[in-house]
Amino acid sequence: MKEVRFTDQAIEEMHKHLVASYPHEGCGFFYGKIGDRKEVVEIREVENQNKTNPERIFEIAPIDYVKAERYAIENDLDLIGVYHSHPDHPAVPSPTDLKFAQPNFSYVIVSIVKGEVAATSSWTLNESNKFIQEPVFDNVEKQITNL
Amino acid sequence: MAKVIIPTPLRKFTDNQASFETNSENVYEAIKALSGAFPEIQKHLFDEQGQIRSFLRIYLGDEDINVLDKEKTSLKADDVLSIIPAIAGGKN
Repeated sequence: MKEVRFTDQAIEEMHKHLVASYPHEGCGFFYGKIGDRKEVVEIREVENQNKTNPERIFEIAPIDYVKAERYAIENDLDLIGVYHSHPDHPAVPSPTDLKFAQPNFSYVIVSIVKGEVAATSSWTLNESNKFIQEPVFDNVEKQITNL
Repeated sequence: MAKVIIPTPLRKFTDNQASFETNSENVYEAIKALSGAFPEIQKHLFDEQGQIRSFLRIYLGDEDINVLDKEKTSLKADDVLSIIPAIAGGKN
């Protein structure tokens, strides 16, 4: 399993976006390079298209996915995965997260409790289509996930 | 030739190839050609009835093929097709 490593700027921007989205779920994509590790250098916010229950569901529009793949190709980056928040809920995948999970993709979940970042985790599907946790480190070797 | 952009999660099944070029005349034939070239991707694109899986969306440029001629949408040489998985979730 590969470690997911964010630059300070990338993780700060992601957290800032998700705090601003609270009490709704925020979402976006993250990009970088996949080698021995998944090195995340950039995040890009995407609008949560769910207008019925945005405090508990996120949806990304197909055209935003098209643009995300296009952005990665144009900038010679890998589209590593998608992030979203769980407002006042643990940073653990839900049955809904599992239902829509794609293989070979990282799913970063950020728990926002009372408007503040409480935990950050990353998950990917194993061969049995079950989520396994990927270690998440920032770029100063500090493990920020401790669930 | 038209180009098919392969979504990142499915590139494991295309030897990490990000795109696939084809002379296919329409969308269905293009997706079929892709799965012919990379058999491991087939089950991720087609259901047991041979139909493109319902949770996948296909865009021609910036347009959903569902507002065009769906799977029969014809392709021109410089067209770009995107295969789009459903991206959703939440604490629910």
